[in-house]
Amino acid sequence: MREELLRVIEKNSRIDLKELAVILGVEEIDVVNEMAAMEEEGIICGYHTLIDWEKTSIEKVSALIEVRVTPQRGQGFDKIAERIYKYPEVHAVYLISGGYDLLITLEGKSLKEVSSFVSDKLAPLDSVLSTATHFILKKYKDHGTILARKYEDNREKVSP
Amino acid sequence: MRNPLSERIVEIKPSGIRKFFDIVSEMKDAISLGVGEPDFDTPWHIRDEGIYSLEKGRTFYTSNAGLKELKIEISNYLERRFHLSYDYDKEVMVTVGGSEAIDIALRAMIDPGDEVIVPQPSYVSYEPCAILANAVPVIINLKAENEFRLTARELEDAITEKTKVVVLPFPNNPTGAIMERKDLEAIAEVIIRHDLFVLSDEIYAELTYKDRHVSIAEIPGMWERTVLINGFSKAYAMTGWRLGYACAPAAIIAQMLKIHQFAIMCAPTTSQYAAVEALKNGDGDVAMMREQYNQRRRYLVNAFREMGLPCFEPYGAFYIFPCIKEFGMTSDEFATRFLEEEKVAVVPGTAFGDCGEGFLRISYAYSLENLKVAIGRLADFVGKLRAEQK
Repeated sequence: MREELLRVIEKNSRIDLKELAVILGVEEIDVVNEMAAMEEEGIICGYHTLIDWEKTSIEKVSALIEVRVTPQRGQGFDKIAERIYKYPEVHAVYLISGGYDLLITLEGKSLKEVSSFVSDKLAPLDSVLSTATHFILKKYKDHGTILARKYEDNREKVSP
Repeated sequence: MRNPLSERIVEIKPSGIRKFFDIVSEMKDAISLGVGEPDFDTPWHIRDEGIYSLEKGRTFYTSNAGLKELKIEISNYLERRFHLSYDYDKEVMVTVGGSEAIDIALRAMIDPGDEVIVPQPSYVSYEPCAILANAVPVIINLKAENEFRLTARELEDAITEKTKVVVLPFPNNPTGAIMERKDLEAIAEVIIRHDLFVLSDEIYAELTYKDRHVSIAEIPGMWERTVLINGFSKAYAMTGWRLGYACAPAAIIAQMLKIHQFAIMCAPTTSQYAAVEALKNGDGDVAMMREQYNQRRRYLVNAFREMGLPCFEPYGAFYIFPCIKEFGMTSDEFATRFLEEEKVAVVPGTAFGDCGEGFLRISYAYSLENLKVAIGRLADFVGKLRAEQK
């Protein structure tokens, strides 16, 4: 049940627990226990909302930053990653294979805010060799959800 | 002027679904539980292969029986999923949907006056196709107490000296019924004893929610008596691509192919290229869709239980078939009033045979959100009818 439960709530974390139990064909108490267990185990890390900020009047700027770093003896990339992810404006930090080491996603109020984060905080870090900042111009799809399009049922309403 | 029409055609009743279709298409704001096709889009990688084939200019006929590459994939698929062995070269042909395969299989096997057994409720085309093939359709009225499965007894009772072909429509549209291995073994014994053939329409084979689907061709002694029909519409959400296939012993396929080559030429080429991709890399899509149908199915079974509408638990296709006899209305009256008063379209059971009287076909090829709205209205309507009855 665990895998299927995760697939359902990954798409809809607001689903009613009773309904969740029905569609999974199990008892509600089992769903409650399983979710509690997975929260405890750190498998479920949060229940977030996917927001298309573009459609609000709130200004937001997102950027992807590629970072090349020198790994530190005995600690690899973890120490430097930690120094970076502690900034609240940093949304995500990934260790990446290929031409650079860390990929950071960042959200700020303005272009200026993002660039000052890079120049004042990120670039001066000792182990950071270089950064390349890419501003996101438009989000087409995020977290597996197509933001630009609404589902339309184009089928004939009755068919054999 | 002479009557331009064939009497035989004129006598065939138009599909009972047509009437509802006409009313619903007039009602702009109606919602529906009436469709017989998936709500999912064809997975993108499959569509992409279709587009790519067009870009590459693959716009010519294929050979009559279909692309070799596709026939090989079909053969591999049946081996992989059902342990069925068909020679792609002689025992597989690609058709324009499962519907064409039903038509030409019957025409290839029937002589005038032969009887074709059609269990109902079932898909709308078996009976007319049998008539068009000059056969005499013999209907078996399946029973709710058997969960609409075909029993050996019912089959035995319908057989006469003229019986030649038995249509086996499982997993079933409209009831959602399935036939499990033990059920198939029981009827296989009767079929072999009476030396009959089977047209097994397994278009919903991928959509079962208990164990995997079992094909009657897997039962010992049945492979050589079976025309297996399947297709891409339901499993891969490819209804509009019009692509199906038939597998049978070479002697039967050879004759079906003759009709196909004169009437159809070949199935759409673009669809065939897309279908190769579906069979090669589509197992994950099928599993994902099956899981979602299953969640909706459980939701509906529970909803009908809460509503107190009697309904067996269906394990196949994407339909549920509740009984509405308590309201003292025909299925048609119920469906018409429900549409007029609550603006929800369902298909009366009678569209799939007279024995569908007293039942409705509810499709769950809709998102849970849509189902909730529609089922909410059904619950209101049922409550209203019960209050009227008091």
